[in-house]
Amino acid sequence: MNLTVNGKTHSVDIDPSTPLLYVLSDDLALRGPKFGCGLGQCGCCTVLVKGRPVRSCITPVSTVAGSEITTLEGLGTIERPHPIQKAFVDEQAIQCGFCLSGVMLTAKAALDANPKASDAQLRQALATVLCRCGTHTRMFKAIRRYAQEVRA
Amino acid sequence: MKRRDFLKSSGALIVAFSSAGVADLFGQGRFDGPGTPQLDAWLAIAADGSVTAYTGKVELGHGLYTAQTQLVAEELSVPLSRVKLIQGDTSVSPDQGTTSGSQSHPVNFNDGALAQACATAREALTQMAATRLGVAADQLIVRDGVVSVRDGSSAGPQARRVTYGELVGGRKFNLAINAAAKRKNAAEWTVMGTPVPRLDAPAMAAGTFEFVHNVRVPGMLHGRVVRPPEVGATLVGVDEASVKDMPGFVKIVVKKNFVGVVAQKPWQAMQIAAKLKAEWTRGVGLPAQRDFYEYLRTQKPVRDTFIVNSKDVDQKLTGAARVVKATYYHAYTMHGSIGTSCAVADVQADKATIWSPTQSVYPTRNTAAMLLGMKPESVRVVFTMGSGCYGLNGADTVSYDAALMSQAVGKPVRVQLSRRDEMAWENYGTAFVIDQRVALDANGGIAAWDYEAWSPTLGGRPGYNNPGNVITGFLAGAEPQPFTPRSPAPDPAAYANNLNAAPSYVAGAVGGRRGGTGTVASERVLSHNVKSLFWTGPLRSPERLQNSFAHESMLDEVAALVKADPVAYRLKHLSDPRLIEVVNAAAKTAKWETRPSPKTGIRRTGVATGRGMSCVLYEGNNGYCALVADVEVNQETGRVTVRRFVAAQDCGPITNPDGLKNQLEGGVMQGMSRALGEEVTWDEARITSVDWRTYRPVYLGGDVPEIESVLINRPGAPANGAGETAITIVAGAIGNAIFDATGARIREAPFTAERVKAALAGRSSAGL
Repeated sequence: MNLTVNGKTHSVDIDPSTPLLYVLSDDLALRGPKFGCGLGQCGCCTVLVKGRPVRSCITPVSTVAGSEITTLEGLGTIERPHPIQKAFVDEQAIQCGFCLSGVMLTAKAALDANPKASDAQLRQALATVLCRCGTHTRMFKAIRRYAQEVRA
Repeated sequence: MKRRDFLKSSGALIVAFSSAGVADLFGQGRFDGPGTPQLDAWLAIAADGSVTAYTGKVELGHGLYTAQTQLVAEELSVPLSRVKLIQGDTSVSPDQGTTSGSQSHPVNFNDGALAQACATAREALTQMAATRLGVAADQLIVRDGVVSVRDGSSAGPQARRVTYGELVGGRKFNLAINAAAKRKNAAEWTVMGTPVPRLDAPAMAAGTFEFVHNVRVPGMLHGRVVRPPEVGATLVGVDEASVKDMPGFVKIVVKKNFVGVVAQKPWQAMQIAAKLKAEWTRGVGLPAQRDFYEYLRTQKPVRDTFIVNSKDVDQKLTGAARVVKATYYHAYTMHGSIGTSCAVADVQADKATIWSPTQSVYPTRNTAAMLLGMKPESVRVVFTMGSGCYGLNGADTVSYDAALMSQAVGKPVRVQLSRRDEMAWENYGTAFVIDQRVALDANGGIAAWDYEAWSPTLGGRPGYNNPGNVITGFLAGAEPQPFTPRSPAPDPAAYANNLNAAPSYVAGAVGGRRGGTGTVASERVLSHNVKSLFWTGPLRSPERLQNSFAHESMLDEVAALVKADPVAYRLKHLSDPRLIEVVNAAAKTAKWETRPSPKTGIRRTGVATGRGMSCVLYEGNNGYCALVADVEVNQETGRVTVRRFVAAQDCGPITNPDGLKNQLEGGVMQGMSRALGEEVTWDEARITSVDWRTYRPVYLGGDVPEIESVLINRPGAPANGAGETAITIVAGAIGNAIFDATGARIREAPFTAERVKAALAGRSSAGL
């Protein structure tokens, strides 16, 4: 089975029912998507599939073979961060950092789809994304900062 | 030790030292040890002048890695970029017990431990430079790791500077920490006291940061635990045939009631764990949750503790103009870390390494060694960051899980818990029933305060000796620390309000000395511990949060009865100037309107708005906070929405104002989530709050309030903790605001819509 992740194609020999998360984090040793609940309830495992946020812990790998998959580390690097990564660092919208794939990729996808998304629409997009450290207010500041860039 | 033994290829100097005896120095079970008195155990300077510092206090998502790096850079006058901090590795770092109890700043940033090691090194380096340069030490200044002669001195131009690397690079100091070494005055700070951005944030945002979940060791297998189906169930047997032909199967690991499965890949381990046929006895059966608080009151045996007892309280209550009584209830709550706990262990015949997100590397080393039947010296625990823990989450237990499974298969094993296994078996923040009685004098002032509480406990932090204090150790055969009944409570020897069992408004008079923050001298604070059926342990502001909810609500109830403004009534009964200052600062910034609660003219329908105040001196001596909440209460649905919080905090000298603000905001948010919805639930046999549908936190898309913070900086004061202060008083501020808005007093946390509706329905018409 071929998987295209962050612009690279990987050939993996895997049980097709395996959730995408375990292929990414174990077989491909990626660090962005993380196991939070395994139930699609928290967002830690979020990746973008063709630009849309997907919960990789409940997505069988066979359903995304051949699709372009982007993880958090596929957006940018420490030296050349994506604008939303830069916004989170600039706002220091991070405590333990474990939830960031869900927060950043979900917000990015919402704003890429609708650059004029209102606060209410962004809240709706993040309705099932969880941060347990309580970084909520800073995360919204970072997301608004990114939104300004998208709109500019 | 030969020099080549401790020079690392990176150029950083690793100073090895014998850890044997360290635990003995500071006593078994000590959670907040100061570490070792040897300077070389804390600091090493390489030939290139870079500094490696070793600390036992670790990053938990609260910014401590950055704060400690600031401390080292500041005290040694080197750039931040030249400091490398090694945190929590039992092969090199000092034993500082546990990163907990808001003790990292008190221990490492005051005149001891890491801060004093830095001051000692700086003085030693300056002295060495004085000898080398042939000038008096007071003629020298240090900047960026270079010691140079002050302009205007008489030293010759050829010998005016020397670097740290030239002075000591690659060699040991061979010095004891000097308690008299002078630390920098806060007025001189250029790195401390500034909003240095989190050093780990760029990698986290880029998705490349290595959490313990990302540790990969060659040949590593994947384990999954199989916990009992009911509380107290014991293992009858496992049927290996039910899973042995499944893909990737390696082994079933059984040790008494501990069951784990090991497989080649994580998904295989999960499927095998789900499929494994294991037979268990029935559990012990659980008391009905509906009647649980009454059940708590009747439990025997009890362990009783007086925090203070002036022995005139009954007399004051009898003679009082009026006595106000109320009972408060707080549910069990959980850490509910967003990433389930994970660890990797590589246990070989004669040595073991555990990569663990534990807050307590040395205690975990010792207790894991007990479970493995190894010597503590043969086990190395390497702290590797997990998701935010907020206290004793599953970090320690999963470290044991990985170690037991690795030992059984003889290969490295990574274990990450399922969401259910994390939530059903963690050491919860405990439940409370609190009876409050306040006697009023003829002028409406408080004449006496009487507190009596019941709370259950089981297990807790394992410390150095008790692996049975968490589920895995217990299942594998270790007992939890024994419950030691004691009744009646002895008289206290000194006033120690570590759990904030005493309210801020009492004098805390014990042994002829007043240790409290208030004026009320007739005071009795009696706690009853009983046995818990569920595991309990420290959860961010353990017990302080539950107690403060009861105290701050009670103070408000009394103020309302005597028709006093809640802020003015607090100030009337406070004596500590710093607590008074945060109360005033929060009130001023929130534009507090001076008047009694509830507001006048409340309508019983629609959305009502109100404000509430609360305050605390955390742990009785570890940082001040006051909080104002502005809430909306939908009186039809019972839904409470906080619109705005204003928090004023004083934790002494501020290491990093933005880091402090981040902690304060996070504490307020997490406190709001706990106050409004978080509650452990159970049925007749087992825990039923096992995922994010059955345990309800505030999501990012939920009602997110505005949070305004007022930071009071006190450069001359001792450094206090800061991460647990604000969360302590959130429920009190919200509850008081609900009362202000509606006239309904809510005495049971969390304030679910159902409970708020019940409180609203119970309002009397009087006073509205």
